[in-house]
Amino acid sequence: MPISEADIEKIAQLAHLEITAEERRVFAPQIAEIVTYVEQLNEIDTGAIEPALGGLTPEGERTESSRRDEVQASLGQKLALDQAPDPANGYFRVPKVLG
Amino acid sequence: MSESLIHLRDSITSGETNARAAAEAALDAAEKLNDTLNAFLEIDRPGALKRADEIDALTQSDKAALPLAGTPIAIKDNICVRGMQTSCGSHILGPYHPPYNATAIGRLLDAGATLIGKTNCDEFAMGSSNENSGFGPVKNPWDTSRVPGGSSGGSAAAVAAGIVPVALGSDTGGSVRQPAALCGIVGLKPTYGRVSRYGLVAFGSSLDQIGVLARETADAAAVLKVIAGRDPHDATTADVPVPDYSALLEKDVRGLRLGVSRALLGEGLNDEVRAAVEKAIDAYRELGAEIVDIDLPHAKYAIAVYYIIATAEASSNLARFDGVRYGFRAEDAPALRDMYRRTRDEGFGPEVKRRIMLGTYVLSAGYYDAYYLKAQKVRALIRQDFANAFSRCDAVLTPTAPTPAFLFGEKVDDPLAMYLNDIYTVTANLAGVPGISVPCGLSTEGLPIGLQLLGPNWSEATLLNLAHKYQASHPLNSQPRIHA
Repeated sequence: MPISEADIEKIAQLAHLEITAEERRVFAPQIAEIVTYVEQLNEIDTGAIEPALGGLTPEGERTESSRRDEVQASLGQKLALDQAPDPANGYFRVPKVLG
Repeated sequence: MSESLIHLRDSITSGETNARAAAEAALDAAEKLNDTLNAFLEIDRPGALKRADEIDALTQSDKAALPLAGTPIAIKDNICVRGMQTSCGSHILGPYHPPYNATAIGRLLDAGATLIGKTNCDEFAMGSSNENSGFGPVKNPWDTSRVPGGSSGGSAAAVAAGIVPVALGSDTGGSVRQPAALCGIVGLKPTYGRVSRYGLVAFGSSLDQIGVLARETADAAAVLKVIAGRDPHDATTADVPVPDYSALLEKDVRGLRLGVSRALLGEGLNDEVRAAVEKAIDAYRELGAEIVDIDLPHAKYAIAVYYIIATAEASSNLARFDGVRYGFRAEDAPALRDMYRRTRDEGFGPEVKRRIMLGTYVLSAGYYDAYYLKAQKVRALIRQDFANAFSRCDAVLTPTAPTPAFLFGEKVDDPLAMYLNDIYTVTANLAGVPGISVPCGLSTEGLPIGLQLLGPNWSEATLLNLAHKYQASHPLNSQPRIHA
């Protein structure tokens, strides 16, 4: 699958990554090579195969994972904001949303 | 310290030595060797000594009740320990100081362990050489011009160099077993759902497991017993009883069947690794195991499947690093979207960006069925391969890595060549089964070679038994050049 620098820019936009022209130039052939490599899966006829969703073992599937709906202590506002780059008045402050 | 964890623990509970002396020895070695090895991103001397003093203050009988009393352990820097940093080897985390302990960490502390610091790793556990750490690579203690493997390279180097008897790592595609092989130690990846992932920073959530790195198989068994088991904080942990792994180590392996796939010992495998693995197969025959031919016909597709599923899951998991709630934020962005994009550009290294983009691509509109769904179907075929193999044998024996430790810079510019290092290890993560790497000799250059054993779900006791019996009869009898 040929992947152009324009494709890389589009993927970077989707992934919220601002990449440089130099990174685009390096990543385009590398990602194209990896995508070509993974396309070898097309050799396999998987028409009748059910996909393996997730990683659970049969025992994991059978394990009851719901819990009682009980109130428990949470982190609390102070700890939750403790490491925020720009906390303000009990909130996470961010730059304006609309440019 | 070259002492085993179990022996050290017995010396502490008997009063022959104490937790403080054990912690000081480990801290001194970690500090002394860090300029050479770069194995630690944080060494917590005050925290470790305080903890050791708490253990020493216990009564003799209280100490004796603790399975890991006063034993120093190092933790990969993608597992949350309250009071220490968690950087995941990345600048985007700041570093972050988690306000809680991972479940595995809480269990180690409850068992009396002393945590001495956080070990270096490839950024977000993405890599096979440690060259992707944002804080410089870890060096292999056997030869510092060579990689220690990855991504748990700091944990592997710290154990191999005798700084600690045991360290925790994480294994998404081989990140415990491959560095264990390259550093000449034991590395265990448990069954998916055996050890809680709560507090392990997520990379590929359907593949990730916390694992144990140790010089002695018996030490890995003792630590797995402590950290394994159901945890309400991780809904994917299974309600399966945890056996007493240590009590099962000495079982006779006579009559156990080991499956060998000749196809996996063919093309692409280094001759010295092949010869060492063939010798190990003979050794198991001498121990009374039966060798049977098996076939894993879809194993050759495992790297392709893995690099679709792991990157897809990573692209989603790493969306949380956005400069809002913790960690690094790029300055002076005019609007929110610019802030996200710049923070992630400046905070993530090249391999993490490459994988996020690959994962974003395979999940994007129009490509999902062709890549992600296709990979999930082939993943089902790989699981079926293992189920078929395990109907004929108790464990599958393979090399852990195709070559011994390679040189820094050898593969760093060729991501695909780097990914192919994981050819023998990724299948276990895709199938969910447990695996262990055991040292099985040295190359002519004096570099360790690892043997891998893979078993059916929940067969850790058998794998540890097989590894222990091999290690006891075929010890390495050699230690790395850089050693505490």
